[in-house]
Parts: sequence; C-alpha cells; structure tokens
Amino acid sequence: MMTLERGYRRRRWLNRLMLALCGGAAGLAIIVLALILGYTLAHGISALSLDFLTQAARPVGEAGGGMRNEIIGTFILVLLGSALALPVGLMAGIFLAEFASPRVAAAVQFAADILAGVPSIVVGVFAYAILVRPMHSYSALSAGVALAIIMMPVVARTAEESLRLVPISMREAALALGITRWRSVVGVVVPGALTGIITGIMLAIARIAGETAPLIFTALGNNFSFQGILKPITALPLQIYRYAMSPYPEQNQQAWAGAFLLILLVLGISILVRWISGRKQV
Amino acid sequence: MEGKQNMVKEQREDTGGSCGWEKTTDYREGEKGILEVQDVSAWYSGTLAIKHISMSIPAQAITAIIGPSGCGKSTFIRCLNRMHEVSHGGRVEGCILLDGRDIYARDIDPVAIRRRIGMVFQKPTPFPTMSIFDNVAAGLRLTRLWSRRWELEEVVERSLRQAALWDEVKDKLNQSGASLSGGQQQRLCIARALAVEPEIILLDEPCSALDPAATLKIEDLMRNLAEHYTLVIVTHNMQQAARVSDMAAFFLADSDRAGMLVECGKTSQLFTNPRDKRTEDYITGRFG
Repeated sequence: MMTLERGYRRRRWLNRLMLALCGGAAGLAIIVLALILGYTLAHGISALSLDFLTQAARPVGEAGGGMRNEIIGTFILVLLGSALALPVGLMAGIFLAEFASPRVAAAVQFAADILAGVPSIVVGVFAYAILVRPMHSYSALSAGVALAIIMMPVVARTAEESLRLVPISMREAALALGITRWRSVVGVVVPGALTGIITGIMLAIARIAGETAPLIFTALGNNFSFQGILKPITALPLQIYRYAMSPYPEQNQQAWAGAFLLILLVLGISILVRWISGRKQV
Repeated sequence: MEGKQNMVKEQREDTGGSCGWEKTTDYREGEKGILEVQDVSAWYSGTLAIKHISMSIPAQAITAIIGPSGCGKSTFIRCLNRMHEVSHGGRVEGCILLDGRDIYARDIDPVAIRRRIGMVFQKPTPFPTMSIFDNVAAGLRLTRLWSRRWELEEVVERSLRQAALWDEVKDKLNQSGASLSGGQQQRLCIARALAVEPEIILLDEPCSALDPAATLKIEDLMRNLAEHYTLVIVTHNMQQAARVSDMAAFFLADSDRAGMLVECGKTSQLFTNPRDKRTEDYITGRFG
C-alpha cells in the first residue's frame, strides 16, 4: 500500500515536470519572437517616425532621413520576383497536380524541392553570372530573377498540394459535363484550391521580402530612388545590412528601425495568410 | 430483345468483327439516344473489370443496371460516356454505338460525347465554390468563351424546373450549392447535367446517399425525364429498379472477378420470369 502510494506520487511529479518542460519549450518559441520584436523596437524606436517612412536616406552627419527608397525598392523587387515566378510556379503546380504522369511528377517534385533548398547566396551568384556579368551592370531585374528563382519552387509545390486536395469527384463532375480538361482545371479545380494557393503565394512573398544574400550580388543597392529595372536598386534588407555595419550610431539606429519594419512586414503577411486560410475552407 | 441482339451479332460478323461507322441497328426514325453496346471489355491498369458486354439501350426509357457489389456496374456505365478512361489506367475495348456511330472511334472527341451523354454520380457533387445558379450554368459557361446573362438565366430556370428544384431554390440562387440538403444537391446535379442538353443521362447509384423521401423525389423525377431522355441507372436496390425502369440488365462477377452481363430484358419480364437461374437467385434474395 505504502509503496503504491509512493510510486503514484513519483509518477504525478514526473507528469508535472514533463508538462512544465513542454510548456516551457513552447513558451520559449514565443519568447524568442517577443524578444526579437521588443529588442528591434527598443533600439529602433527613436528612429521610427513618419519621416523614416517618407524621407530618402541622407548623408552621414545630416540629421533625419529615412528608408523611403528602400521600402519602394523592396516593393518593386517583390513585385518583379512575383511577376516572374508566379506564372511559372502556378503553371508548374497545375501541371504537377493535374497533367503529369506519376513518374514525371516525382522527378519534377524532386527537382523543385532541391531548388527550394539551394542556399539563397548561390542563387544570387547564379543571377550575377547569367545577368549581371553579361549586362555589365547590377540591376533590379537581375535581383528580381534571383528572387523569382527562390520563389518559384515554393509556389509550385504549395499550389500542387492545394490542387491535390480538391476531390477527384469534382474533376469528374466537370468532365462529365463535356468540359475540356483545361477548362475544368481553370473553372472548377483552381477555384476550389484558391485559398491554399494564395496562402502559398503569400508565404513565398514573405520569404523573398526578407532575402538579403542574393541582393548583394544583383541589386547592389544605391542611394537614390527607383531608376529603372536595369539600374541598381536598394532594398530594406540591403540597407539594414549596410547601416548595421556602419560606424555611425545614427545609421545603426536606422538599421534597427528598418529591421523592425521588415519584421512587421513579414508578420503582417503571416497574419494575412492566417486570415485567408482560416476564412473559408473548401 | 433477343432478336435485336442477334441482329447486332450478325452485323458484326458481316463487317469482320470491327465496329462499323454505319447504322447497325434499325432504330426508328426520330428517335435519338439509342446506345448499342457491342462486346465491351474494360480494364483498370491490367485488371479486367468487365468483359464482353453486349446489350442495347432503348431511347426514351429507363434502363436499370442491377447486380451485387463489385460486379462492374459502375465501370460499365462509366464506359458509356467515356469517363472510364479518365481514371488512371482505365482502358476500354469493343464499341458503343450512339445513334449508330461508335463513340470510341478514333476521330471522336470524348468531350463531345460527354456533352451528349451526361452523368450524375453516387455522391452529390455540386461545385462548392459556385452558387446554385453558377452550378447549373457551369456546363454552358465552361464550354463557351462567353454567354449572355439572359440566356443563362433561361437555361438555369428551365433546368431547375426540369429537375423539380426550381420552387425550392428560386429565392436563393446566389447561395452556395453546398448549402442544400443531400437530396436537393443531387437534383442540382441532375439540373446541371440537363443544362447542357444531353440526349442520354447516366445515373450511377444516384439515391444511395439519400433518405427514402429524397429517393422518392429522384425516382419521380427520373420517370418524368424518361419522356424526353434516355436514362441509364445503376442501382443495387432491386425494388428501385423494379419501380422505375423499363429495361433491366443483371450483372454478376464471373469466377475471374470480372463483371459480365447475365441477362437483360424488359424489367417486368426480368423480375417475374428470369431466364437465368442466377438472376432468379439474385432477385429472390438468395445472394447479393
């Protein structure tokens, strides 16, 4: 009786201990995010202002100045990358889910997964070799291509997975109406998978918005506003990188503010994704 | 019935067993939607599912395909509008004449065949992202580049009335098709099939997911539709076959597990005076 009681007590304590450990681990993940947010905010808050969003960068020594050009640059690069990657990625996803034979699909999936796993700096060097060198200029275009290469496999795979979730009965119902394969995919299957596809696109955008390494080799960065897609362009991550390395405390501060802004951007996209995917499940 | 089959057989021998393009049956003038099934076998990636099925399906009548589970009823009906080849590894041999022309001929587009031979599935399959209106209009919208709104409205109302659903949904055409009850969803699918004006409608166990009241409604509907359309219905419910069909065909899995046609004929004759012992055993409930 006595030993049973003791054994029970021991088990109860062990149970509580493990529960606390698991809870602590879960809490740690949230704490890290809170720390990053708090730390960047605390350091950048003094530089955060309306001017920070609307003013261009100023030379060292001059007070004020902001990251307007960088915000616009990031926006343009994301747009460029998406414009290049979305058509290819979505079509590839549709091909994988709807038209490819299992063997071809397996090969393409494997290739896409490898491509998604290629370190982003390698993608940057690649874009440098195929675009920057031949064109003799760093450019927004080459950065857009690099970002598109990163984005494409992510979009293709998430689109494919979302499309596969649409029941076969929907495809058959469409075909039985005398609708061609392609029209049934566009008119019935893709709308059914739209939530998942958009979620995948948003996550891919969040990913490329924060990429820095490929931009170093392609966009280069500059101190001016947008000058065309064949000219160097600046972006938030690039400017954060440069300002964070700077010996001037004002620039360090601006780097913190920029970092906070970038986190907010990605966080905003993630929240948007949750909202979209939670809104309507088909 | 028997005479007709014999005639078809002779015709096949005349043309050396190949499927002719010409008329092979003496179908009456003005009748459309006659199916003539000649020696059809179907495979699922190497597995024989049905073998050597020959039968004719008369126009403007309901033909019921009955038989126990796994006897190839669904496979057979899917061959009739070339849906079988959509499934992975699906293959069909033999020929099926629609008003005298082989739907499996090389230069026939399966899409055109499915336009003329509609299908309703076992589980109601309204498109969940579309409204009730869009569901019915889907067949037209997605086979054309564009359609006039008033034309679609006309077709949708006509189809929904034909499917005896109009009065129940006329005030909520913009609601999602998935918001309807199971029986309503199935009638919506029938309306959707009717909207593209097929000649033949195939129904693959259309009532097996429905309650008795909804089943009754669908059966009434089928009787009405049979005045204008050729209907083929797969059912494992023998009472249903006896209630609604004019013709019946009894399928059974052979020893090699491939489905075969045991006998077919007028429903009244098949149920009261079956020629084959196995049919008798099945309809009297000795197995299946």
